[in-house]
Amino acid sequence: MKFAQLGSLGPDLAGVDFQALTFDYERAPDHDLDATAQHPAVVVGAGPVGLALAVDIAQRGLPVLLLDNDDRLSSGSRAICFAKRTLEVFDRLGCGAPMVAKGVSWNTGRVFFGDQQVYSFDLLAEEGHERPAFINLQQYYVEGRLAARAAQLPNLQVRWRSKVVGLVQDGPYATLTIETPDGRYDLRAGYTVACDGSRSALRQLLGQESKGQVFRDRFLIADVKMQAPFPAERWFWFDPPFHPGQSVLLHKQADDVWRIDFQLGWDADPEAEKRPENVLPRVRALLGHDAQFELVWASVYTFACQRMERFRHGRVLFAGDSAHGVSPFGARGANSGVQDADNLGWKLAAVLRGEAPDALLDTYAAEREAAADENILASTRATDFITPKTEVSRLFRDAVLQLARRHAFARVLVNSGRLSVPTVLADSPLVTPDGDRFEGPAVPGAPAVDAPLDGGWLLAATRHGGFTALVFGEVAPGLFTQAGMDDRLRVVSVAESRANALAWRRYDARPGTVYLLRPDQHVCARWRHPAPADLRTAHDRSLARETTLTEACA
Amino acid sequence: MNDTIANIANTAPAHLVDTPNLERPDDFYQALIEAHAPLQPAESHAFNARLVLLLANHIGSLGVLREALHAARPDTGAATDTAH
Repeated sequence: MKFAQLGSLGPDLAGVDFQALTFDYERAPDHDLDATAQHPAVVVGAGPVGLALAVDIAQRGLPVLLLDNDDRLSSGSRAICFAKRTLEVFDRLGCGAPMVAKGVSWNTGRVFFGDQQVYSFDLLAEEGHERPAFINLQQYYVEGRLAARAAQLPNLQVRWRSKVVGLVQDGPYATLTIETPDGRYDLRAGYTVACDGSRSALRQLLGQESKGQVFRDRFLIADVKMQAPFPAERWFWFDPPFHPGQSVLLHKQADDVWRIDFQLGWDADPEAEKRPENVLPRVRALLGHDAQFELVWASVYTFACQRMERFRHGRVLFAGDSAHGVSPFGARGANSGVQDADNLGWKLAAVLRGEAPDALLDTYAAEREAAADENILASTRATDFITPKTEVSRLFRDAVLQLARRHAFARVLVNSGRLSVPTVLADSPLVTPDGDRFEGPAVPGAPAVDAPLDGGWLLAATRHGGFTALVFGEVAPGLFTQAGMDDRLRVVSVAESRANALAWRRYDARPGTVYLLRPDQHVCARWRHPAPADLRTAHDRSLARETTLTEACA
Repeated sequence: MNDTIANIANTAPAHLVDTPNLERPDDFYQALIEAHAPLQPAESHAFNARLVLLLANHIGSLGVLREALHAARPDTGAATDTAH
C-alpha cells in the first residue's frame, strides 16, 4: 500500500494486520535534481525509536526525512512490554490511546521457585495515574500506530527500501549515499539520527563500535495463541519442574497471544530449538499435555549489554539499539530507546530553529549515555541473577529464593528483571539544582509525575511540546511577563482544590510553588517563590544557552 | 520527623566491629558448629549462604558490609591483629 493511506484509515486501523503490510517504494525526487538535495533532519530506521523521533520532529513543524532499508514493519512480537513513561511519550506523540486500548495492562508480577510461589509484587501500588505501569503489546502494533501517526504528518516523508551505504561528514552537514531500487543518490543532512538497530549500518560506516559484555546463554521465545485461564500478570519461574534448571517467563499480549521465554543455556542449538517439533513439547510441559494452543512465532536469541562510547559523532547522533543494548530482563531496550527519542526531539527542533546552540545536542548524548549506563547496570545485574555464572553465584541465588518464601527482606534481592523506569537526569548540566527545600519524587531531572488535574490529567495538560510552568496557587502578578517568558512557555495553574490534592501532594506544593518543565516533561527547576530572574536563568540553562538575563532586565 | 529517623540510624555503628562483641562467644561457636553437624557439605554451603544473607540484612549498612567483605578476604587474615 501507499504509506500515506495508512494515515487516513481512521477507525479501520483497528483491523489492520500490521505484520502483513508492505509499503510501496517510490522514486525519490532527489535522484533527478541538478544539485544535491538538502534535508535539515534525517532519521535512519523506521522502528519504534526512529518512528517516534520522526513524529516528534514533524509535530514540531519541521521537515523530517525517515529512511528505511526495508518496506515492512516488525515481524514477530519482539519487544512487548511498554512502560508507563513510554506510553506517556506516545500520548504526547498522539498515538498512546489506541495502544493502551489494544494492549494488555498489567501491574502485578509473580515469582516462583521450583513449584512454589516465592512472592508477588504490584508495580503501581497507587491510584491517580492515567497510564498503567506497563502494557504488553506486540511490537508490530506499536510500530503500526506510530506509522499511522507519521502518515498523518505532511512534513514527514518516509522512503522505504532506501539504505544508507555511504556517510561523509565534511561541512555543516553530512553527505549520505542512499541505495534504492532505482540506484544510488546523495543527499545532505543537517543532522542525522541513526535509529537503525543493534547492527547499525551507520555505526559501521563511522567505524564505531558498541562495546560491552556478551552473555553466554540462549533463550527461546514462543508466542502461542490460546484461551487460557491465567490472569494478565508477569509470571517468572526459577527452576520450575516443567523446565528444570532454567528460568521461564510467561506474559499475555493482545489477541490472546501469550509470550513464553524459555532459558535454554549456552549449549542449545538455536536452529534446532526454534523448530516447532522442539518448541511444542516445551510449551506443553508448561501448559499441560492436553492444552489447546497455536504456535504463532518462535525465535531463539542471545544478548549483550553494551553501548557506544559516545552517542554523538559530529552531525550524527545515535538513539536506541544502535547506541546501546541491554538484556531483555526489565524491558529496558525499546523503552529506553523511546526515551532517547523523547530527549532528542525537542533539542533537535530547538537547534534547527536557532533557539538553542548546537551544544544542546551534546547534552542529548550526556543525558542518554548516563541513562544507558543505568539500564545496562540494571539489566546486567538481573542477568547475573537469572543466569549465575559460577557455582557460588548460583548458591547465593538459590539461597535468596529459599529465604524469600518466608522472609520479606530476601524478596528485594530476587531479581527477575528490574522493570524499566525513566531515568532521573539529576546530574545534567541543563538541570537547576534545588535552592529551596522539597520532598517527593518530582526532583529536578525527573520526568513530571502524573496526577488528576481539574478532572483531567497533569501530564495531558503539559504535553503541548514546549516548556511549561506548573504553578500551584497564586504567584506574583506579572511574574512571567517580567521574566520575558510569555511566549516561551505555557502556564498551567494548579488551583488548591480537593480534585487537585494529589497533584499538590506529589509535587510537595505550597501556595506559590512553581515547577519549570522541559518540552519532554522533565523537571528542570522548581522554587517556592521564584523571582523573574530565576525563571529566565533556569530556562536559558535548560537550552544550553549563555544566560540572556542582562538583556532581559535591561 | 526525618531528623528523629536519622538520629536512630546514627546510633548503629558506622564501621565494622571487629573487637569482641559476641554476648557469649563459646555458646555461639558451639551453636554454629552444631547447626552444621547434620548437614552434608553441599547443604552446609547452602546453609552458610542463607546465614550470610540473614546477617547482612540485619546489619543493613552497605559501608559496614563492604568492610566485612574486605576483612573476610583470605589475604587479610593476619592484618586484624595489628589493628588492636
